Amino acid sequence: MATYSTNDFKGGLKIMMDNDPCSIIENEFVRPGKGPAFSRVKYRNLKTGRVIDRTFKSGETVDAADVMETDMSYLYNDGEFWHFMDEETYEQVSADSIAVGEAGKWLKEQDKCVVTLWNGAPLSVAAPNFVELQVTDTDPGLKGDTSGGGGKPATLETGAVVRVPLFVQIDEVIKVDTRTGEYSARVKN
Amino acid sequence: MALLHQRAKLYQVIRAFFLKKHVLEVETPVLSNSASCDVNLDSFATSLRKDGPSLYLQTSPEFAMKRLLAAGSPCIYQIAKSFRQAERGRFHNPEFTLLEWYRLNFSMAELMDEVAELLSLCFSSELVIKTMSYHDLFFSITGINPHATTIEELMDYASAQGNPEAATICGESIANGLDYVFSQYIQPMLLKEQVYFVSHYPVCMAMLAKLTDDSPQTAKRFEVYFNNVELANGYEELTDADLQEMRFQQDLKERELAAQAKVPIDQNLIAALRAGMPACSGVALGLDRLLMLMSQAASIDEVLSFPVERA
Repeated sequence: MATYSTNDFKGGLKIMMDNDPCSIIENEFVRPGKGPAFSRVKYRNLKTGRVIDRTFKSGETVDAADVMETDMSYLYNDGEFWHFMDEETYEQVSADSIAVGEAGKWLKEQDKCVVTLWNGAPLSVAAPNFVELQVTDTDPGLKGDTSGGGGKPATLETGAVVRVPLFVQIDEVIKVDTRTGEYSARVKN
Repeated sequence: MALLHQRAKLYQVIRAFFLKKHVLEVETPVLSNSASCDVNLDSFATSLRKDGPSLYLQTSPEFAMKRLLAAGSPCIYQIAKSFRQAERGRFHNPEFTLLEWYRLNFSMAELMDEVAELLSLCFSSELVIKTMSYHDLFFSITGINPHATTIEELMDYASAQGNPEAATICGESIANGLDYVFSQYIQPMLLKEQVYFVSHYPVCMAMLAKLTDDSPQTAKRFEVYFNNVELANGYEELTDADLQEMRFQQDLKERELAAQAKVPIDQNLIAALRAGMPACSGVALGLDRLLMLMSQAASIDEVLSFPVERA
């Protein structure tokens, strides 16, 4: 299995720590006073999402994690698994709700997303930064209010609920920033 | 380009400063027959000829400058390229520039004042100076007395802070443990915009410094930290040849234990000390880091013409 030394550590590198695949966020070389050189590393456990700070002896090696980020399109949800397809190879993978996580509430069939695979199996799914979804339910709101001041909850076609300005009506399509879960704009047909 | 000008201007300020104080600028060889014995320093090695005797790039100009002092030179300074293998990061380039100077008959305190004077000149402002003993600073944050601690106590502290792996980095060395704890938990706590002069190091971290006569005994060594960056390291210099040779021998033993490359002790330095080096204090200040602080650069690469990957 491939290994990396602390000299190779940089943001985005995928390594195995405590039997979990992790992604390095940052690495700082430290050589205190006349003391021993080491690396101060921040990394994310890709299974739990937890960010961990740890130091490594300079030159220490760790195993590489077979983690790949692949562009895939979302096919359908069979009630238990979410199915995705690699558009180049037509290979399909299925992800459970833990791997899909938050992305699940934004995904509409045919949406393009980034699926992170570990040893070929989905580890996590990232929805596109912006999605366009139809409002299926919201209070009619006050007529004439176009300022967007205040707001109200709206249910979208995927089941997600976001706060929208008062002027947004049922059946309208809105753009949502999936990173914050916030309304971004109304999409004019 | 702006930084090329800033470096040139800084060198002018430094040279004018020492000219006024009658400190002589000198130049010593970068290539030496011997190397630093420090267990945590690795010298670049080359050879005189193919299959010829080894030569080493200096990790600092300290040894050669001390030989000049022993030979009767006045107070001296040098802006010297120095080299340390495998040191690369935001604050490190394997080739870097040190300003190193020696003042005859200066105590550690007098030299610390002079460093502060030069820094104020470089930043063209009155800096907030904080002078603290290593013990007071270390104890105030960790509750550990650095002069009477053990490697177990230091590693327990690191574990409690979330770094149980510290033991693999520090080994059995108390000095390593102290340096680790200091850099991980103390250095980041230092207040910004303040220049810290940390002095009176534990005896195990004396390196080339004289020891005090008081109890507990401490090393007359100081370090300067500014905006959490380690900027300078100084000593009231050890002038005792036998003691220095013993410390070097001890270093070599540690190198052997740590499976580090074997290096020759600088016998010329030992001979110079034996012939008699006058009482003096000396300090090495990292000029690249000083430039980083002056220009608020986030990485040393910004103040170098070409960092090592593009050299």
